[in-house]
Amino acid sequence: MQKLSDSLTNMAVVLTLIAVITGGILAYVNHMTEEPIANVEKQALEEGIKSVMNDPDVVVAQTIDTTMTLPGTDKESAFTIYSINNAEGEKAGVAVSSTTTAFGGDLQVLVGFDNEDNILGYSILKTTETPGLGAKADKWFQKGEKGDIIGKNPNDEAFKVSKDGGEIDAITASTITSRAFLLAVKRGYLAYKTACEPKGPVVSDTTGATKSTPEKETQEKDIKTPKSK
Amino acid sequence: MNKYFEYITNGLIKENPTFVLLLGMCPTLATTSSAINGLSMGLATCFVLICANLVVSLIKNITPEKVHIPVYIAVIATFVTVLQLILKAYLPEIDKALGLFIPLIVVNCIILGRAEAFACKNNALASICDGIGIGLGFTFALTALGLLREFFGAGTAFGLTIYPENYASLLFILPPGAFITLGFLIAAVNKVRGVSEQ
Repeated sequence: MQKLSDSLTNMAVVLTLIAVITGGILAYVNHMTEEPIANVEKQALEEGIKSVMNDPDVVVAQTIDTTMTLPGTDKESAFTIYSINNAEGEKAGVAVSSTTTAFGGDLQVLVGFDNEDNILGYSILKTTETPGLGAKADKWFQKGEKGDIIGKNPNDEAFKVSKDGGEIDAITASTITSRAFLLAVKRGYLAYKTACEPKGPVVSDTTGATKSTPEKETQEKDIKTPKSK
Repeated sequence: MNKYFEYITNGLIKENPTFVLLLGMCPTLATTSSAINGLSMGLATCFVLICANLVVSLIKNITPEKVHIPVYIAVIATFVTVLQLILKAYLPEIDKALGLFIPLIVVNCIILGRAEAFACKNNALASICDGIGIGLGFTFALTALGLLREFFGAGTAFGLTIYPENYASLLFILPPGAFITLGFLIAAVNKVRGVSEQ
């Protein structure tokens, strides 16, 4: 078969045909995979919530999507707060998804709190940290590990890396990631308190911790009223 | 038939896209932080390469010379997007690990290179064989690179612990380790191929 010549009509016809066919194929595949993809995402979130609440039978009672400006930042950040009930239908706590900027980019964590605001568990939803260094955050702060935060209250003065005067060991050679991680947990906590309690949270005064940098202190002091969407 | 078999073996060592042709360096260096990542990236590229080679060889006669590049890119991009959607739906773990590098297969020069250099001049069967050969060669290269980096950098192979992580050198997981390991592998392959020193 002779190759088609380079006439304008030929080129236009071939390109149009290719565009229509590839477009059709993509539309079909997109349609076919839409449901499985949505299921996978939903399942990943449910698994995440179950693991951070440390209880396989929890159900999400209410989901609140909110944006607020927390102290120390001039940017609005988005939080998603899941109110969690246990199998008997009683309130088991909340899970909060919170994002901060860490060493390599955005770090998104999902943290579970019990009714006394203690951390039940956490899971890293999105990370771009260095493999072998900052990416260790998914295990480092779990129960029994070196930087165990389970059972701690993020409102505590000591909820900081030991370099900043706190009591949590930072990941070796990844202090920036560790700070960002703890900040994400803390901000998740503040967002949940602000969104769920009308009076706003009772934030402990951190001026006593002289080792932390000045900007950090303002970040962790009082909280402005949230700008709801 | 011998000819077709040769097309397949050709890509493995003699014309290995990574070790000999030095094509597609970006995904090679970036995704091989572990053996399983390298293997998945290699197989993903292999799939796109075979499909693109087949389609390009089928449409080579109805494609006017002046627009052949956009046509090939449309074909390749379609297969990459299909692959990405399928991975997202059924193999979310792999999709998470490879992330941005799946869409970037579109601009992987191995694929466009094979379409240009081979598929647009040969029949469908030969093109499929060439796709399999080059694809497996790429997969082999990425898996080997990933395996070595994982072994030296984390003390594991395909996720199984071989020796304690404390003795591993993190350098191999980080970008410089990719260049160093790749250099040694290319040297080893050259030795095997018997490239004479000139």
